[in-house]
Amino acid sequence: MTPLIQVDERVDARGLSCPLPIVKTAQAIKALGPGQVLEVLATDPGSVKDFAAWSKTTGHELIESSSDGAVYRFVIRKH
Amino acid sequence: MTAIAEAPVREAGLPREPITEPLPEPASEAETKLRDVLIIDYSGDLEKVWATMILASTSAAMGVRTRVFVTFWGLAAFVKDERRITGENWMQKMMAAMQRPGISHRKTSKMNFFGMGPWMMGRLAKQYHVASPKELLEAAQLMGAEFIPCQMTMDMFGLKQEDLIDGMAEPVGAATVIGLMTEGSAPLFI
Repeated sequence: MTPLIQVDERVDARGLSCPLPIVKTAQAIKALGPGQVLEVLATDPGSVKDFAAWSKTTGHELIESSSDGAVYRFVIRKH
Repeated sequence: MTAIAEAPVREAGLPREPITEPLPEPASEAETKLRDVLIIDYSGDLEKVWATMILASTSAAMGVRTRVFVTFWGLAAFVKDERRITGENWMQKMMAAMQRPGISHRKTSKMNFFGMGPWMMGRLAKQYHVASPKELLEAAQLMGAEFIPCQMTMDMFGLKQEDLIDGMAEPVGAATVIGLMTEGSAPLFI
């Protein structure tokens, strides 16, 4: 079971296509301070690999990547 | 900041499965030194302008310094949408009349059929929640992507800085572009 994480901000990218989930995430993370946590919900199957690549390039830590079969959930801690 | 949600959420009521791919390790200091991206935006065709905007906005979103050198037909997409005729002499004006400038007036390179192709592409994009080139351009600019017009193209087509959208960089020439490549920018010609 995932431990409870305090989420500071949330991006709802459900229904959006590439590259909007990443673009909206990048815009939202700007407003956060280091160590704060962003949750992103998405339905684009390509976003699984895209969020991994985005995290690796930007240095913001992807602390969760999960799916319930309908919605992908990414939890990111700002670098 | 107040917490607006607490993990884990259950959107569809199904058990949430972690994705089997391992999560990437947080990037080390050395890995975060990134190459710049340099897109040479040559084409004014709708689908290529779209590709340029997708890559430029994504590159800027990834924290990569992103420059787009806008040259030849590419520059037509950076003329303000409401400008109908641009240019100083009759040939420049006639060229603008033959193909209306502006990012919202691009034609497809194939299957244009007097505007049916672009219209259908626009409808499909809306249906599948794909952002328009204009929306992506605005997002890219907001995230710091630089759009640099080609001085030679501006002269040849008789375009003035005030014909172009707001926020464009100062016009430069080919030597600046090659200079950036030799300094290690990853180049892309679209």
